[in-house]
Amino acid sequence: MEIKDKDLKVSLSGVELQNPVVPASGCFGYGYGMAEYYDIDCLGSISFKGTTLHPRFGNPLPRVAECEAGMINSVGLQNPGIDKVISEELPRMRQCFHQPIIANISGFSVDEYVECCRRIDAEEQVAIIELNVSCPNVHGGGMSFGTQCESVAEVTRAVKQVTTKPLYVKLSPNVTDIVAIARSAEDAGADGICLINTMLGMRIDVRTRKPVIANVMGGFSGDAIFPVAVRMVYQVAKACSIPVMGCGGVSTARDVIEMMMAGATAVQVGAANLRDPYACPRIIESLPAEMERLGIDRLADIIGVCP
Amino acid sequence: MNKKNIEYTYTVIENRQLTAKTWLMRLAGPAGVIEAPGQFVNIAVDGKYLRRPISICDYEADGEITLLYDVVGDGTEIMSRWQAGREVSLLAPLGNGFDCSASGDSPLLIGGGIGIAPLYKLAKMLIAEGKRPVVVLGFNSAREVVWVDEFRATGAETHVATVSGEVGTKGFVTDVEACRDAAHGYFYSCGPMPMLRALCNVMAVDGELSLDERMACGFGVCMCCSLATTDGARRICKDGPVFKKSELIWK
Repeated sequence: MEIKDKDLKVSLSGVELQNPVVPASGCFGYGYGMAEYYDIDCLGSISFKGTTLHPRFGNPLPRVAECEAGMINSVGLQNPGIDKVISEELPRMRQCFHQPIIANISGFSVDEYVECCRRIDAEEQVAIIELNVSCPNVHGGGMSFGTQCESVAEVTRAVKQVTTKPLYVKLSPNVTDIVAIARSAEDAGADGICLINTMLGMRIDVRTRKPVIANVMGGFSGDAIFPVAVRMVYQVAKACSIPVMGCGGVSTARDVIEMMMAGATAVQVGAANLRDPYACPRIIESLPAEMERLGIDRLADIIGVCP
Repeated sequence: MNKKNIEYTYTVIENRQLTAKTWLMRLAGPAGVIEAPGQFVNIAVDGKYLRRPISICDYEADGEITLLYDVVGDGTEIMSRWQAGREVSLLAPLGNGFDCSASGDSPLLIGGGIGIAPLYKLAKMLIAEGKRPVVVLGFNSAREVVWVDEFRATGAETHVATVSGEVGTKGFVTDVEACRDAAHGYFYSCGPMPMLRALCNVMAVDGELSLDERMACGFGVCMCCSLATTDGARRICKDGPVFKKSELIWK
């Protein structure tokens, strides 16, 4: 097969993506800002900025700390709230992005998740809902739902009752048994799993002897967490029968392929976008040649091939 | 929609130490990239995950840019070792820059520490437009005083304040007489937050201020440098770094 004929298409619960590369939530806004810099229609999908029922300013500054091969952020789900996302952000997104959209939804109670998902479910542009039960940067919400099987199941079940679109639950790696959590989501009706969100981390400024980040701790992401993400994707893909979106430390076409071999059907790219705004198109452009080197004609053929 | 490239390869022309902590780097790049004084670049540093956001001190039509930067940590320490001829990945132009059209006839340009850098090109542009900018530069001590002769060489009346009193007026920029002169109907400023806060309290006239904050992306997508303003949450990197005095909320 010639390089130009390589088949990059994948399917997530019936949603066809032209390629598996998806900017991860929080690293791409609502897309249109990045459309100033390149044609974002080349992407498989976009998982938009984590959205909550009510507008949020987020956490105090500084919100970022650099690490070896990665970074810690504590943005704290800054977003304009679901109503403004529907009335202002989605129409702007529609103008420059014509591929399926993944709506990343977060909340602080089951009722909030339910109401937010119910509203976004009515939006035609949205193809998949990504339930974020794994944000490490807000208290009493986000990750606190994602670290116990019972609460993951409860919120998944409740949201599933008010939505028609495929529901993917985005899990936190900050748990003892990722497989048990993923199975809870699957048993509660989730159509897919996305993992991993950031790992809880912290840096101290040794000169001031204080935390670098105002909120003390934050989510560690970037190249350094890739092996952890591959491991968790592998474990969950083996244990569950629903599709997995892999996320965590992906920055090259080879990483995408490795993540898919671990069991991911689609692959999200997060922090890499922040150091290289052209990270996603570069990955997509280099995928066919990388496939050729590795003897792959159809990307979908390699999902979960690692024994 | 027209796509705007923001990633360029620049070549270091010169990189030298000016004071104990401040360095100058001149880089050659494509012409016409930088749009306004007060914009910044985000520089990739080998071995560092995030880029380093640095204000543009000066830029020429042929693509040459000048940066002044303080060596404050590992990243800038690596930068200080770069030799002429080295190729560097820059994101540029980033941020909005100063609004020259708001200046009036004789604006004040008030800089503190390394915050003096973006005011230099602004001074040159205002003078080229026939304006009479008055420059006030504040430093902690004589050993930090930098780029004063260059400001004077633009033709702008230039005052210096040092906290130690070794050079110019003893005290802060707000202690310099010119800052209270009603002849100046507008001001531009860049410097540490406590200085900007003090200025906003003292200055009766309108003005604009360039803010410095830890950033991740530098181009508006990560929300790591958000600022609560009178116009709601704004991104220092993309909606700023220059904000009107009237937009800023000081708690």
